Amino acid sequence: MKKVHVTTNVNGDQVEFLADPRETLLDCLRNHLDLTGTKEGCGTGDCGACSVTLDGTLVCSCLVLGVEAEGKKIETIEGMASDGELHPLQRKFIEHAALQCGFCTPGILVAAKSLLDTNPDPSESEIRFWLAGNLCRCTGYDKIVRAVQDAAAEMRGAA
Amino acid sequence: MAKDEITKGYRLVGTRPNRPDGLDKVTGRARYGADFSLPGMLWAAVVRSPHAHAKIKRIDASKALALDGVKAVVTRADLPTGLEGEDLNLQENTLAGEKALYDGHAVAAVAATSQLLAQDAARLIEVEYEVLPHVTDVDEAMKPGAPVIREGAADYSVPEGMHPNVVRHMEFGHGDVEAGFAAADIVREGTYKTEATHQGYIEPHACVGQMGEDGRGEMWVCTQGHWYIRRMSAAVLGIEAANLRVTPSEIGGGFGGKTTIFMEPLTLALSKKAGGRPVKLVMSRAEVLRATGPTASASMDVKIGMKKDGTVTAGQVMFRMQGGAFVGMSPIGEALPCAFACYDIPALKHEAVEVLANRPKAAAYRAPGSPMAAFAVESLMDEMCRELHLDPIEVRLKNAAKEGTKSSYGPIYNRIGLVETLEAAKAHPNYAIRLGPNQGRGVASGFWFNHGGETSVSLAIGEDGTVQVSIGTPDIGGSRASIALMTAETIGIPYENVRVNVVETGALGVNEPTHGSRATFASGKAAVEAARQAIAEMCRRAAAEWEIEPEAVEWKDGAAQPAGPNAGKFPPMTIAEIGAKMGGTGGPISGHHETNAGGVGASFGTHVVDVEVDPETGRTTVLRYLVVQDAGTAIHPAYVEGQYQGGAAQGIGWALNEEYVYGSDGRLQNTVFLDYRIPVASDLPMIDTVIVEVPNPGHPYGVRGVGETGITPPLPALAAAIAEATGARLRSLPMSPPKVLAAIKAKRQA
Repeated sequence: MKKVHVTTNVNGDQVEFLADPRETLLDCLRNHLDLTGTKEGCGTGDCGACSVTLDGTLVCSCLVLGVEAEGKKIETIEGMASDGELHPLQRKFIEHAALQCGFCTPGILVAAKSLLDTNPDPSESEIRFWLAGNLCRCTGYDKIVRAVQDAAAEMRGAA
Repeated sequence: MAKDEITKGYRLVGTRPNRPDGLDKVTGRARYGADFSLPGMLWAAVVRSPHAHAKIKRIDASKALALDGVKAVVTRADLPTGLEGEDLNLQENTLAGEKALYDGHAVAAVAATSQLLAQDAARLIEVEYEVLPHVTDVDEAMKPGAPVIREGAADYSVPEGMHPNVVRHMEFGHGDVEAGFAAADIVREGTYKTEATHQGYIEPHACVGQMGEDGRGEMWVCTQGHWYIRRMSAAVLGIEAANLRVTPSEIGGGFGGKTTIFMEPLTLALSKKAGGRPVKLVMSRAEVLRATGPTASASMDVKIGMKKDGTVTAGQVMFRMQGGAFVGMSPIGEALPCAFACYDIPALKHEAVEVLANRPKAAAYRAPGSPMAAFAVESLMDEMCRELHLDPIEVRLKNAAKEGTKSSYGPIYNRIGLVETLEAAKAHPNYAIRLGPNQGRGVASGFWFNHGGETSVSLAIGEDGTVQVSIGTPDIGGSRASIALMTAETIGIPYENVRVNVVETGALGVNEPTHGSRATFASGKAAVEAARQAIAEMCRRAAAEWEIEPEAVEWKDGAAQPAGPNAGKFPPMTIAEIGAKMGGTGGPISGHHETNAGGVGASFGTHVVDVEVDPETGRTTVLRYLVVQDAGTAIHPAYVEGQYQGGAAQGIGWALNEEYVYGSDGRLQNTVFLDYRIPVASDLPMIDTVIVEVPNPGHPYGVRGVGETGITPPLPALAAAIAEATGARLRSLPMSPPKVLAAIKAKRQA
């Protein structure tokens, strides 16, 4: 199929790529832009490992076509730390041992950041329901929930 | 350190430092299987059988090969013949031969210049099938008239007169079971069934392989054990192991399912046919569910005799398990020894059969066989405790195996910690919480053998006194951190001064995979031995400089020191000083240890779960969950807790939601995560943990291995809790809302 030229913004950088119209945004991020931090766990929008934000909205990048990224702003895990400084969520995930294999971690971090952007003081239930679209098979979620709570508390204190 | 010297006075062991790979994993930099690419790389796709059982009459790839950019197609005809035993099983599973044996069985593979093109080409490969009758249920597969999956596959152990699908038989026991039942006050029997579940790692299998016409190859692959990948791939392709170099990626979960091959050799076969261009193959989730790793499904009869005071007088089990269409894949050999491993019972009889069915080749899944066995035995134990109005923890304490007990499967237990887990569960505040209406509490214990296995570790002192450890067990849940802690503790240097790397097959002797809860135990033990070797050499270097006998030098706090006043007065020589001048004092300093690690410490745990069941929908909500398990020594307690919590979550999924659903057409009905539903964050409560530490005398720091036992008790514990909440006992998993509701209704009508 004839490829389509796409111009978009990823983590603040303007980028261009040629997408087969059947390719997902996830495919394009990983295979055309070498941004392999975003993971594919299912390809059907059930696991959340491919979570990114598209113009500020949390999406599964496996459910977005690459050509739909034209003119949009995309944030991925690679853009979460700024100026060499980890986001508090990233730091707290390491400190709380909130990851084991780490494969779901980028998606969960992107999703959790999106939660804290809108709700700086989420309850345990709110965290659990917000992250219900992000599967983790290693941790049982306990330490993930604690890390998000701790990061939220720190961010509220710093604000 | 001798075993009687084990103390808790450690400097680093038992602390919770940040893991060394943490930064890479929170920034997206960690490289997993599908993240690896090479110049000139092709992509592969696999053609899979849509039939559960079918003769393959013809494969025509001409239309696929006619597409621009399609570089190679392989079928079974491209693989060598004459393989036997498990090698033949592996080859047969990599690509079907005369018959497709299950829905999703690989039939052909194609390599092309893009992933989409490879998928297009796969659709153009024509396969003509003659569909055969199939069977997917273990009990159905044993019945007279069930379709025979492989004629003549049964081994010598199978008694005459059984269906040809029964391929293995096993029995053992001790004592006089009939006398034991006669001595009991009550004797009860039950039949229990568990469905197959999948390990459900979030990272699908992925591999890049490259092989030239000379048969030399390389692979980059997500795996729990790259030497296994090397040996199995070499066998399937008929090449020499030394000609295949395998590098493990970071691994996105395995739980036993990545200890074997499924499609990895296809990348090499395709690469060789495509002129040596590297080939990448990444499975879709549907391929993972249809064609990799599920566990066995089981149908189990249990009979137990108990006195009124809770003393168990005899036990008997008959397990029927299917592990797919391949001999030797069901874990009957593990399930039977696990069945009564928690107890000291005077008379036991164990019997099991393995049955072939038209399902994928089962792989290991966290304590293979133990969860099913526990569901059957622990459930019946609980039923009898309730009938006799006895506390389930007291009954377990009364019958518990301890140091010196001859285990249900033969060996005499060394120091074990089952009693300590039961005491800790009894003392935990969760056990005293009063329950409300429609709520129930369940208790169960679980066992896993743990494993040592083939292990090779190298350690090298750097010129600045930092230490590099090369291990061969891929790190899935933080084992690099725990091995760095033990190494730093042994040498007496900061944790941050030790870097542990998982290295490729060319860099070490053979290592078994990260399986059997062995990585921290076995690679850790070998790392400590390697560190001691390096320490001995550093003491020799100091002795030579001080011109005293090496025996007059001791190692303390990261430095060589004169041992006592008679050795002379010298200031300590630190590891950094020794490293800085080692080039002039005899060359590089390293340590190396290889072993088939013995000294394994058996693992026991006890879980307590509270649930509430909605009587209108049958939905079970887990209110609180407690895992108590003996770690031996928790090297990095946060990652020990993580294993307990993760194991419990998988067990909860197995108990309540997860199952392989086959249609009457023999096809898997739930091939996406939406339908194969693993627990999500909103399904679970916080999971409380208690780490019991009864040090394993067979490890320098007392490690037992903690990875597997935690998946075992949730199955029976949840059945017990639901029984208390509803009055209805479910003997078949999963205890999904419709099944629970039906059981409640049946109970009301009874």
